[in-house]
Parts: sequence; structure tokens; C-alpha cells
Amino acid sequence: MRQRSLRLGAAAAAVLLLGIPALAAAAAGPSPTDVAVNSMWVVIAAILVLFMQAGFAMLEIGLSRMKNSGAVAGKIVINLAITFLMFWAIGFALGFGDGNDFVGSAGWFLGNADAAGDTNSLGLFDFGNALAAYNLPVEAVFFFQAVFCAVSLAIVFGTMLDRTKFIAYIIFGVVFTGVIYPIVAHWTWGGGWLFQQGFLDFAGSSIVHLQGALAAIAGTLLLGPRLGKFREGKPQPIPGHSIPLAILGVLILWVGWMGFNPGSFLGAVGYNFADVAINTNLAAAAGVIGATIGSLVMFKTLDVSQMGNGAIAGLVAITAPCAFVDPWAAVVIGFVVGILVPALVVLVDKLKIDDPIGCIPVHGVSGVLGTLAVGLFATRDRLDALNLSGSEAGIFYGGGGHQLWVQVYGVAATIAFTFTASFILFALIKYTVGLRVSEEDEMAGLDISEHGMYGYPEQFIEVPGAFPESARSDGSSLFAGSKTATSSQ
Amino acid sequence: MKKIEAFIRHEAFDEIRDKLAAMGLPSMSISEVKGSGRQGGYTESYRGAKTTIFMRPKLKLEIALDDSDVERAVDVILEHAHTGEPGDGKIFIIPLDDAVRVRTGERGDVVLAPHSDDAPA
Repeated sequence: MRQRSLRLGAAAAAVLLLGIPALAAAAAGPSPTDVAVNSMWVVIAAILVLFMQAGFAMLEIGLSRMKNSGAVAGKIVINLAITFLMFWAIGFALGFGDGNDFVGSAGWFLGNADAAGDTNSLGLFDFGNALAAYNLPVEAVFFFQAVFCAVSLAIVFGTMLDRTKFIAYIIFGVVFTGVIYPIVAHWTWGGGWLFQQGFLDFAGSSIVHLQGALAAIAGTLLLGPRLGKFREGKPQPIPGHSIPLAILGVLILWVGWMGFNPGSFLGAVGYNFADVAINTNLAAAAGVIGATIGSLVMFKTLDVSQMGNGAIAGLVAITAPCAFVDPWAAVVIGFVVGILVPALVVLVDKLKIDDPIGCIPVHGVSGVLGTLAVGLFATRDRLDALNLSGSEAGIFYGGGGHQLWVQVYGVAATIAFTFTASFILFALIKYTVGLRVSEEDEMAGLDISEHGMYGYPEQFIEVPGAFPESARSDGSSLFAGSKTATSSQ
Repeated sequence: MKKIEAFIRHEAFDEIRDKLAAMGLPSMSISEVKGSGRQGGYTESYRGAKTTIFMRPKLKLEIALDDSDVERAVDVILEHAHTGEPGDGKIFIIPLDDAVRVRTGERGDVVLAPHSDDAPA
């Protein structure tokens, strides 16, 4: 039962977002080796992106307080679970199935029982017009896109740590991964209207990161700051409990990005994905240097958490342009967003918005700037190599301002849709089940009030056997080694 | 019988304990405390937000001893806790009514008598 009825025009079908010439490839037919190599790389890249959940967990846990560490871990794991189930049931169909220019409508439950019988002998993707020409099984495409959706959702609650009800994570996660994210993904990656305008977002600066940040802003506006964050109008530091964990998270994300961007070719044969990996690393490195300099200039300190934010800012910003720009441009893009991070953190504080991990500067502003950077730095050669004849080179490469204009309204459309949808959804949650825990629960910490158990129990309660006993008077001891540490009499 | 309550810098503790133990006065308690005084506060900067912390961590050392041991114990603390900078701490000497050893029920001076610090065999 092939869903052909709502196919896009032949031209749109031929010019794929990221990939190889669709018609030519379809005529020749991929070899089993091509499919195997493509699958191998895309599944490995998807596993790297899946691992980014650990990075978000460590980053958010490190920058929240001890009494909320377990709640943050629980939030990450429940959201990942929700993403896979919702994306499998409806999200993937809305995002990547055939449909109209606004939303897809084919491939519910991954094409359900048809998946095996309907696809050709190589198991290639065939109910999503925009992705059908990739020489890749539908399962590989699904896996890769599902973990992208999970990344977007993980970003949402970065601003909302330490005070949000667990039920709010669940309700928002179901709708965001099932409906909101897939619709915007469809506009570009599903062959929708933005793609047809020539909008370029290679791996999701706007689609993944900006969307997450927009929902985060909507949520935190309705949620309000943590207790004690603003005293007499002045922002107070609420230090995270573990900078080492936060930086471990940053480094895991950095590693995960080696799947996020280079894997976004959705194939290996015929693509120079190592080149994209280089651009990605250069931008991250320049982001760290930028944020370090920014912190030194603005605060006269070497704020380690902001150095980590600088890395993520560079990675987010290079995500849209990574395959379209030369390495020098990757360095410029990363450095600019990195050096802006400390100033933006201060600005967010000034606006009385509480953003514990720097989600708004790092995923929001950098997502916007990275997407716009395509309109400045994209080269004709690189666009031609990807058969993107519908898009123009950037201003610095003689393409004029057209591509920048397309990028601007692509970003504007994303902001308008995702912010509005998220705000409405969070408002519905706020005025029904409630968005925020009670003041007492917030003071006690979400670990004990929401989950009944601490992330670090020895810090807060008596745990049997947690501490070594002292030696008895006869010198014998319950534990080897305690003899040297204590003395009787 | 007197009790010495000394508020000292953490780094002074090891030498003070070694010296007191060597002169037969190893019985003591310490606790982590925070306090403010002439030392003033310090500024913590986190993600661009600054705050001044006035309560600095100090160590509280408590020793109960016989009147005859008080002066030499105070001398040891003075010798090792002193740097000359604000923040060296203070020593308070407080009279005690009585002392009881929980293990034996003994009371009075015998409880506070100097003793050796030998670890059990």
C-alpha cells in the first residue's frame, strides 16, 4: 500500500534536501553494498546522537543543585522513552511521511505491517517522498530522526530545572515529540514549504535546537524563576553542584555531535562526511575560545560553566551550515556565538528569566545565528555538490542577499509556530494539572518531593552503613583499615 | 576544670593536634563551623552573577582539661594558629562544673587527666 496520492511535484521530489540526485539514483538502483555502508554509518551516527542524552543529563545535573539531581536524571530518561514511542506512533509520519507542504500523513507506526512487504528487497524507505531516494532502510532513517527529536526535547527543560512538576515533562513531551517538532521538521526535512523555498538547515540549528529553546523560553516565562534567583531585582548566583559533571556532559555532547552533523547526510557513499566533522570541531573549539575571552572581559573570571556553554554554542551554530561552508567560516561562526555567550547570560538575567544552564543563549540565539550564517557563508561549490540548485550561495560568496532572506523567514516561521504552540501547551498544563511544584516542595528539593528518594542520599539523611564505624576498645574493628584511622582511649 | 573553645584556620589543625597529643592531651573534638569577623567576606562569581559570602568556614576545636594544663594548651594553639593576618580566629576559656567518663562512670579531674596517645596494639 504505497502512499503515492499526495506526492509532491516531480521537481521537488528530484531536488532533495541533503542528498544525491534522486532520479538518477532511482534509475540506476543502489547496490546492496551501498545500502549496507550507508546503513552502517547512519546507525552509528544515530547511536552517537542517542548518547547525547547522557551529555544533556550530566550537563543539567551538574548545573542544578544536589537536592534535584535525581529528578533531572529521571526527567531525561522519561523524555527519551516518550520520544521513541511517540515518534514511532505519529511523529515520524507527521514529519517525514508523504503529505502536504505543511505536514506529513503517511507511515503511522513506521508504516505498520506494510513495512516488510511494501518496501523493495533492500528494505528502502518508500512512504516518505522527501527521503525516499536515500539509499537507506526506513528503520535507519527513523532511528536517526527519532534521536534528533529526543535531543530537541532534552533542550526544552534546561531552563525549567529545579521547580517543574514531573507530570508537566510527560504531557509536554508527548505533544512536542508527537506533533510540534515533527511539523516543523516536515517543513524542511520532509520536503515541505520551507524546503521548496530553498531554506537550508543541514542538521537542525533551527529545527532541533531553536525549537527546543523556544519551548524552553515559553515554559520558563509561565513557570517563573527558581526561589531565591532574584533578590530585590538582582540576580543571585545559584551555583550548580558539580562543574566536573557539567563539563563531562559538554564533552559527551561534543562527541555526540560527531554523529549529529556528519550523519545528517543520511548516507556515507558519495559524501565527504569527515569534512563536516572537521567543520563541527572547529566551530566548537572557536566557541570555547570565544566564551573564555568573553568571560574574562565581562566578569574578570574564567567561568568554567561558560567555557562549556561556548563549546555547545559553537556546535549549535555550525549545525545548520556545517556542510555548506568552508572551514574558516566555521571558525568565525563558532567564535562569534562563543564570545556572545557571557553577554547573553547577563542579558537573560537582566530580563528576569531564570535559565540555569544557559539554554537560551546556547540553543536559542546560537541556533538563530547559525541558521542565518548559511545566508552569509554558503558556497556555490558545496551547494552544487549536494544538488541544491534551489538555494543560493551566501552574501560573502556572491550569492546576494536572497539566501539570507530565505533563512530569515524560515527562522521567523519556526519562532512563530513553535513558540506559540509551546506557550499554549504550557499554559494548558499550568491551568490544569499545574506546571510548578509547591514552594515547600521546591525548598525540599524535587528528589524527595517528587520522587521520594535523593540523588545523593548520604548528603541529606542517615543511610545504614554509609559511614565507617569507629574501632572498638579492644582494637578489633568491623572494617579493615579503620584501625589506622581511629584510636581508642 | 576548663574548656577551651578555639576557632582556628583549618590548616593549623594538624600541627596543633600533634603537639597537644605529644604533651598528653589528645582528647578533643572538632567541628566545621562558619563565622564572620574582622576577616571580611569574599566574592563568588557564577555565570556573571556575583554575591559576597560573609560567613567563612573555620574549625572549632573543643578541649576539656585540668586547670594546670590550660596555659600550655593555649600556648600551643597560639603558636600554630597565628599568622598575623585577620582571620586567625579566637580562643575562649570556659569554666566547667564537672566531667563524666561514659565508659566507666568516673567523675572529676581523673577524667581530664593527661594520657598517652598510643594506638591500641
